[in-house]
Amino acid sequence: MERIRERVIQIYGNLVSLLQKCIFCILSVGPIPNHIAFIMDGNRRFTKKCKLMEGAGHKIGFSALMSMLKYCYEFGVRYVTVYAFSIENFKRSPEEVQSLMDLMLEKIEEILKEQSIVNRYGVRVIFSGNLKLLSEPVRLAAERAMLATAKNSKAVLSICVAYTSTNEIMHAVQESCEEKWDEITLLNSSGAGYGLISLGGYEQDEMDHLIKLTDIEKHMYMAAAPDPDIIIRTSGETRLSNFLLWQSANCYLYLPSVLWPEIGFRQFLWAILNFQQIHFYLDKQRKQS
Amino acid sequence: MDFSNESRVLHRCSAQIGNLLLRSLWHLVHFIISICNFTLDIANVLESYLISSGLLGRYKSLHIAKLRYLAIVIESEGAYQTLKIIELLQWLEAVGVKHVCLYDNEGILKKSKDFILENLDGAILFQDAHENNVLLDQQHMTLEFVSFSDGKEAVAKAANVLFMKYSKSGVTDQNQKEKIFTESQMTEALKTVGSGGPEPDLLLVYGPARCHLGFPAWRIKYTEIVHMGLLKSMNYGSLIKAIYKFTMVRQNYGK
Repeated sequence: MERIRERVIQIYGNLVSLLQKCIFCILSVGPIPNHIAFIMDGNRRFTKKCKLMEGAGHKIGFSALMSMLKYCYEFGVRYVTVYAFSIENFKRSPEEVQSLMDLMLEKIEEILKEQSIVNRYGVRVIFSGNLKLLSEPVRLAAERAMLATAKNSKAVLSICVAYTSTNEIMHAVQESCEEKWDEITLLNSSGAGYGLISLGGYEQDEMDHLIKLTDIEKHMYMAAAPDPDIIIRTSGETRLSNFLLWQSANCYLYLPSVLWPEIGFRQFLWAILNFQQIHFYLDKQRKQS
Repeated sequence: MDFSNESRVLHRCSAQIGNLLLRSLWHLVHFIISICNFTLDIANVLESYLISSGLLGRYKSLHIAKLRYLAIVIESEGAYQTLKIIELLQWLEAVGVKHVCLYDNEGILKKSKDFILENLDGAILFQDAHENNVLLDQQHMTLEFVSFSDGKEAVAKAANVLFMKYSKSGVTDQNQKEKIFTESQMTEALKTVGSGGPEPDLLLVYGPARCHLGFPAWRIKYTEIVHMGLLKSMNYGSLIKAIYKFTMVRQNYGK
């Protein structure tokens, strides 16, 4: 009896998988997004809604994330970014922050295992954000994960931890300033500076353009990935909450009302279909700017 | 030999038929999606008429004070419809919205600035009206005109301002460096280069897609972004609904 039940579940699973593959086949006639970003909102609300133990929502949310990553990589999306932990989230209670850090540590170890999604799809993992704000065990685990997956080249997963867009912009500006200063110092020391170190040698117009937009953009945490095509934020909220503000100028915002642990194939499908409907317009906008 | 040729031709034909079948299915799926979206649009239009006519009670009183600064993003084609924009601003004035920021990617609205200000009774430019970026309570509506150059390019200009400060005092002193490269210093620097408006509470997008089209990134950290459809099909009811929904939102700001 048990064996029959298992068999039925297996056949059902295979059918669902086949149906998903067929749908992906049809959808790939149209444009496939290169980069999708997720704001995983609604884990705590899900815990309350289903009357679960604290932290259970986040654990189920992690499985939801794995499913979404599977759909993305199967469909051919090369870059996926997730908003795992904001700098603002440090303001939560210390117990909650600690349990989230523990969960992150546990899951980083898990994704590095042999049969995990990262190895199956050749995914390079990048942790974007101000990693100095993390506790040492988490930071070291993150660095280990980045090193272990550095050679993977089929797809990229950017996990934003200790990240906010404004912090990212600020960090990029600081790095650009320091780099420009070092450049000027080097020119000066090699004798080619003509006293530029005091910046007296520049015209006012030149001084206003020492730091260029390209300098700032190359120092962004997210510089390794192109601008996102779709940002999906669950639980029906309509704001970006300091996530990818710089990179989302021509990005389609899809805002389903389901909570993150409830997200599934249907929402993914709907995001892709809507993206394909307006892709022509957004592509034109992107080429203009 | 003939056999392998034939099988190759057969293979090519079946691949082409398969391809054609897939393309037809794709078009069919998108046709169905278009029908669904069209039906939703019709439902929204009906709801808007009900709201405009005052039949839906809950939209009658809006806590408009919660909306301190409103931004409107208009896609390039819509930005040329100056009369429509003036009508939209008149609706907003009637509802009680005091401070509005108009954004379009290419700066078309900046060119129509004088025409809009002339035709909107009592409206003044935001820059002329405020002191130290404090939103003063006043009789007139203030308007701010923003374009793509006030976003990324302004950040680059502000970076140069910070670089000047850095090169003059912050290079050797770590403490000084930490004081120069802060978010509040960046906000000040943006004001210095002329792109330092306040952060909008609500951003309405009038265009084909829900997308902020490059509105200055520094200012939309926690801004609610609502898609209103094309400017040419704007209506009063959906404007009221968007503002009402905004007043009902509760933010945690990360906590």
